[in-house]
Amino acid sequence: MPIQVIIEKCTGCTLCLKVCPFDAIRIMDKKAVINLDKCTLCGACAPACKFKAILLEKPETANQKPDISGYRGVWVFAEQKKGKVQPIAFELLSKAKELAAALDTEVSAVLLGYRLEEEIQELIWRGADKVYVLEKLELANYQDEPYTNVLAELINKYKPEVLLCGATSIGRSLISRIAVKIKAGLTADCTELAIDQEKKMLLSTRPAFGGNIMATIICPNHRPQMATVRHKVFPEAQCDMKRKGKIIYENFYGALLSSRSRLLDIIDEIESTVNLSEADIIVSGGRGLKAKENFKLVEDLAKALGAAVGASRAAVDSGWMPYSHQVGQTGKTVCPKLYIACGISGQIQHLVGMQSSKVIIAINSDPYAPIFKVANYGIVGDLFELLPALTKKLQEALKR
Amino acid sequence: MNIIVCIKQVPETTEVRINPQTNTLMREGVKSIINPFDMYAIEEGLRLKERFGGKVTILTMGPPQAESALREAISLGADDAILLSDRAFAGSDTLATSYTLAGAIRKIRDYDLLICGKQASDGDTAQVGPGIAAHLDIPQVTYVKKIEEIKDKAIRVERMTEEGFEIIESPLPALLTVVKEINTPRLPSLKGLMRSKQAKITHWTHKDIELGFENLGLSGSPTQVVKIFSPPPRESSQMLSGSIEELVEKLALIFKKELV
Repeated sequence: MPIQVIIEKCTGCTLCLKVCPFDAIRIMDKKAVINLDKCTLCGACAPACKFKAILLEKPETANQKPDISGYRGVWVFAEQKKGKVQPIAFELLSKAKELAAALDTEVSAVLLGYRLEEEIQELIWRGADKVYVLEKLELANYQDEPYTNVLAELINKYKPEVLLCGATSIGRSLISRIAVKIKAGLTADCTELAIDQEKKMLLSTRPAFGGNIMATIICPNHRPQMATVRHKVFPEAQCDMKRKGKIIYENFYGALLSSRSRLLDIIDEIESTVNLSEADIIVSGGRGLKAKENFKLVEDLAKALGAAVGASRAAVDSGWMPYSHQVGQTGKTVCPKLYIACGISGQIQHLVGMQSSKVIIAINSDPYAPIFKVANYGIVGDLFELLPALTKKLQEALKR
Repeated sequence: MNIIVCIKQVPETTEVRINPQTNTLMREGVKSIINPFDMYAIEEGLRLKERFGGKVTILTMGPPQAESALREAISLGADDAILLSDRAFAGSDTLATSYTLAGAIRKIRDYDLLICGKQASDGDTAQVGPGIAAHLDIPQVTYVKKIEEIKDKAIRVERMTEEGFEIIESPLPALLTVVKEINTPRLPSLKGLMRSKQAKITHWTHKDIELGFENLGLSGSPTQVVKIFSPPPRESSQMLSGSIEELVEKLALIFKKELV
C-alpha cells in the first residue's frame, strides 16, 4: 500500500482526520484508519501528522527516475501581446532573480513573437541575464501548438531547472500542454515561490479549495520545475538601464511552427481601458447598488482612482455589468493593491476571487455582512451618499 | 457528432473551510457535487447533440462514489457514462490524471469533440483539459465562451482572453474547455431522473485502458504536496465611522498610505 498508518506511532490525536479533504480517515480504537475507497493519496495527512505516523510512499520502480543532473538556470516565459511584453513577465523576473540567487544561477527570459527589438532590451534591464528570442510571423500572436512546440524544443535544448509563467489565459493553456509534452511537474496559480536551500528545490505554494487552504508543492524528480503565478503576486522588477545581458537568437523552421487551429480575429471589448487582472486598484459593485444605473457611482469612483471596475456575481447575473467584469469563483481571480467592495455582501464565491488583495475596503449597509471579515477597513454606511462624495474629493485633489 | 465530456466530482468548495481555532479543515457534511464548470461542459455537449445528432459520453476518474456524479449527468440527458476507478489511479496529479483520461478516450476511440470545464473548483489548476489534448496530440481551445459554427469537420469558437475574445477555427477532433458564459445549464427532467436510476455505468480499471503502472497514480505524478496550512490571517479589520465628510477624509488618507 502506498499509504499506511504506523500503528506504534499513531496517538489517535485526530490531526490527520481534520486535514483530510476527502473524509477518508476515522479513528478506531484510538488509531487512525484510512478508508482506501475514499483516499485519493492527496498527501494532506502525512505532513499534518506530528508523530510521523503516516507514510506516503511512491512505489519506486527501477530506472524510472529521469536524469535531472544537467538542468541549470531559472527561466521566465515572457508573454507578449501585440508585440508588447506583458507586465506579468516583469513580475516573474523580480521573483526569478531571488530564486536564481538562492540557486547560484542565472535568469533567462524566453520571448516568442514577431518584431520585438525594443522589448528584448527591456527584459535585460528588468533582470534577465539572457534572453532567448525567436521572431517569426507564425508566432506574432499566441497559438497553442507552435508556442508549445517551440518552447518544448528550447527546454530540451537548454535544460532550465525552473520555468515560471504567468497564470494567464495564455500561460495556463501553454504550460499545461508543455508539462505533458516534456513530462515535467507543474504547479498552477502559485502565490509564493521559494527555494529549499538544503535540497536546492523549488517550493511552490498555492491556494486550494477556493483559497481556504494553502498547499506547498515540490517536484523532486523531474525538471524543469514549472509554476504559473497569478497577476500582482510579486512586484514588477525595476528597470536598470545599465544592466547588460546576452541575447540569443534562435531559429526554427517548418513543422514546429505550424498550427492546426487558426486564429481568425482578436476582439478587445473591455470598455474601461484597464484590464481587471492587471489593475492595481479595483472598485467593485454588488447587489447593494440596487439598480443598473447606480453602477455609474462605482464607475465614476473607479475613473477618479484610475481603477478597474469589478462586479459580484449577483450584479452580473442581474445584467448590470458584463461577465468580463465578474470577480469570484466563476469569474476572475484578482489580487490588486487595493480592492474596494461597494454593496457586496461577501459570499464565499466572491471572497475566493479577491481575498488575496493586499488591502480591502468594504462599504456595506449591513454591519453583519461577511465581507467585513476579510476587509482591512470597513464602513457601515450609505453608498449613495459616500461614493459621490468620495469621487468628488478625488476629482478635486486631481485638479490641484 | 460524438462528444465526450470529462467531469470531476468535487467537494462543495464553499463548505470546506479552516477552523481558525484549531487550524484544521472543517468538512462536516460537505456535499459532493459535479464541478460547477463541468456543468457548462455537459450542457454544451447536450446542445450540440440536439443540433447535430450523435451521442454524449461522460467520463470521470475518481473513487467509486463518483458514480453519483455520472448518474446526475445522465439525468440531464447524457447517453453513456464511464467511471475510471482503480487504486492504481490514486494520488494522480494533473499529469497522471490527464494521461489516464486520455487513455480512456483512446479506448472509446470514436469521438469528434472533447469538452471539459475550464478548471475544477477544488484544485483550480486548469491543467487537465490541455493535458488531455497534449496526450492525444489534438488541437485545443481553452476558455471557450461561444461555439459559433461547426461545419465540414471544423469548429469555430470564441475564446475568452483578459481583454476580450479571440475567434479561433480548429479541425475536429479537438478539445475545448468552456467558461460560464457559454450557456445556462438545464435542470434534470423527470424522465432523465428515472433513466439515471437505471442506467448502467461502465466501470474501467487500468487493465481496461491498457496503461502501465509507471505512468499512473502516485508513480506517474511528478508533483508532491509537502505542506498544507491555512492562509495567513488578514490584519484585523478596522471599522471606520463618522459623518460623510469625515469618512471621505479618512478614506483619502488610506488611499495615500496604501497606494504609494
